[in-house]
Amino acid sequence: MASIILEYGLYLVILVALGIPLGGYIERVMAGEHTFLSRVCDPVENGITRVLKIDREEEMDWKQYLKSVLAFSVCGLVFLFLLLMTQGFLAGNPQGVKGMRWDLAFNTAVSFVTNTNWQAYSGESQLSDLTQMLGMTVQNFVSAGTGIAVLFALIRGFNKVKEKGLGSFWVDVTRVIVHVLLPLNLVLALALIGGGVVQNLKGGETVDLLEPIAVSADGNVMDNAVIDQNAGTVSVNGKTVAGATIVTQEFVPMGPGASQIAIKQTGTNGGGFMGVNSAHPLENPSSFTNSLEMLSILLIPVALCFSFGRAVKNKKQGIAIFCAMFICLCVALAALAVNEQLGTPELAQNGSVDLSWSAEQCGGNMEGKEARFGIVSSSTWAAFTTAASNGSVNAMHDSLTPLGGMVTMLLMQLGEVIFGGVGCGLYGMLAFAILTVFIAGLMVGRTPEFLGKKIEPYEMKWAVLVCLATPIAILAGSGIAMSIPGVVDSLTNSGAHGFSEILYAYSSCGGNNGSAFAGLAANTPFFNITLGMVMLFARFLPIAGILAISGNLVQKKRIAVTAGTLSTTNGTFVFLLILIVLLIGALSFFPALSLGPLAEFFSQMM
Amino acid sequence: MQVRIKKSGTWTRAIVFYLMLTMICGVIYPLVVTGLGQLLFKDQANGSIIEVNGKKYGSALLGQQYTDNAHMWGRIMNVDTHTYKNKEGKAVMYAAPSNLSPASDETAALVAQRVAKIKAADPDQKETAIPVDLVTCSGSGLDPGISVAAANYQVPRIAKAHHLSEAQVKTIITQCTSGKFLGIFGERTVNVLKVNLMLDGIL
Repeated sequence: MASIILEYGLYLVILVALGIPLGGYIERVMAGEHTFLSRVCDPVENGITRVLKIDREEEMDWKQYLKSVLAFSVCGLVFLFLLLMTQGFLAGNPQGVKGMRWDLAFNTAVSFVTNTNWQAYSGESQLSDLTQMLGMTVQNFVSAGTGIAVLFALIRGFNKVKEKGLGSFWVDVTRVIVHVLLPLNLVLALALIGGGVVQNLKGGETVDLLEPIAVSADGNVMDNAVIDQNAGTVSVNGKTVAGATIVTQEFVPMGPGASQIAIKQTGTNGGGFMGVNSAHPLENPSSFTNSLEMLSILLIPVALCFSFGRAVKNKKQGIAIFCAMFICLCVALAALAVNEQLGTPELAQNGSVDLSWSAEQCGGNMEGKEARFGIVSSSTWAAFTTAASNGSVNAMHDSLTPLGGMVTMLLMQLGEVIFGGVGCGLYGMLAFAILTVFIAGLMVGRTPEFLGKKIEPYEMKWAVLVCLATPIAILAGSGIAMSIPGVVDSLTNSGAHGFSEILYAYSSCGGNNGSAFAGLAANTPFFNITLGMVMLFARFLPIAGILAISGNLVQKKRIAVTAGTLSTTNGTFVFLLILIVLLIGALSFFPALSLGPLAEFFSQMM
Repeated sequence: MQVRIKKSGTWTRAIVFYLMLTMICGVIYPLVVTGLGQLLFKDQANGSIIEVNGKKYGSALLGQQYTDNAHMWGRIMNVDTHTYKNKEGKAVMYAAPSNLSPASDETAALVAQRVAKIKAADPDQKETAIPVDLVTCSGSGLDPGISVAAANYQVPRIAKAHHLSEAQVKTIITQCTSGKFLGIFGERTVNVLKVNLMLDGIL
């Protein structure tokens, strides 16, 4: 038991221990200061700005910043959409995959541009190596870079006094990618290859099976068949089965995996190289690679809390926001861990299956989990990936226990602000902080202010929109889906769990998360288009709102701190902030959750 | 300070910027990683394939389905023979997760079947509870490993089928067991393919 708690505890401690120095580094990079990597990275940055003819001192107002974000995202969207449709005719396609249907290509392109990485396709069978490199890997970098750039545009809104400019989007994205993401991922990708993750440019291999498999004429695997390989016949109970075939080989998928897997973890993208993501043994082969990939999920989101504190010259503010997120994460992780460790009576079979923990096995709910990760590393990953809007998985969330699955759903429904995506999680949380100071200000009759800037109706309106974008997108999307008759054909599970599959899909896309209750067969025109719209809405409405808030704050004068100023760095504020986040999330989603996971849980009790 | 605001060229810049980043992040970065990976970790970068005398006996990282009493059994596989074909156009095996809720009646029925099958293969152990990973489908459907408890549970059956002592089978299991990372993270697992290759005298 102690070893379980030690493992959970160490994951969290290492995460924070790595996040603090990285946070300082990112802040220095974004301020254009000299770092230990400057000698290598500066020439690359200079090369890019020279080609673009960018003056490093150039400033954009909030509308120009937003226009640049949108123009850049549209470029990515169009490029990726065309690449996905035409990949069958292009080079770098050793498996000979075909181009995608237009609705799937639309969904996938939107998904990667919005940093969601929802996958209605399976990577090893539907993407060419060229697409994985030019399409997926590139979007993983640039969508992460965009999120961090917008965050720093907001921070400048607080920092600058009576100005208009929020910095340059091009410079911000260049700095994030060149100084932070590329060096980090180069090292991580090599470590992952060392641990067994594939990285090559040849097509998939076939290898021989130790025991051949008999498949009947209608395509089903025959369990009790006797195979005579020399004669090529299959017999059951001494009778030869007509039309049966013998499968003697297994497929081993290959490709440029590690380079993409590294950035999908660190950039909170989460789109797997393989269909089953980091549960796949060639994407995440061992407990060594799992530790690296899992810590990478939250590394930058945690670091950015500390970057924020340094950037606003108020480290305590960064720590306060970090504490609010960290407390929520720990509570969610504990709830998930307990439920997965307990398992279900359906698995226990009145004691004929051993679900207990011992030195030789982890026990618990092992359906949908890999033996090498067990309960601890799978639960921790599930909490991390849904807290951050990462969405990669190392266990199938559809096979989580009812309450464990609900925790993952709720973490996404809270608006992806418990660390959330790189950049977007923190700017989302800052919108909640603005909401909190406003509500707290009303309660005690003080003028609401945050970081020395007065919060007025203009900021409030946009902050409310930012905070409500996710709940609106999720509830409207899943509501519409449930009213369409044919939708239930896509479900693997029936009843309350079937509803959960749909609610999870819209929660995942509305939170720009990307994980799935993968039993849902989501590659239909209806799901591809509606989920695509949800992703676009939930990504770009908050970006517009945040930039508008920042564009207004940057023009304001700084108010001196007085005895009347509400402290935003103490325990009371942290408590209030958590309360507001939970209040909005719980009120929005309690009815939906009680139809899905809660109904499943209670029907199991009866 | 006078704020200088750039007025035009957003679209041109967006396109040029995007193409430049595509070159850096989509061509140079993955090729550098591929080059270094092939140089430093050739075996791992190419799928950890077990090759003996020119025959490829599977990847050490991918599970296979075993039903023979003389072989160690792995996680439950949801076998797929429709998606992939080899160079000669013959179907090859792959697998997928179940995505079933562990609280569903369907899971309860499937697990009961699996319990019955395992007990029938080794009637002497009727009273022993079966480790949970032997009766559940994994996250990838291709899990190459099982827990040490699940491996030990099968020792009597395998020993009998191979006319080996239980100690000999256990020695093989120990050789194919990989530990936790730093002794703390993840779980100890037994690589089922390696155990079976050793039992068959191939490795």
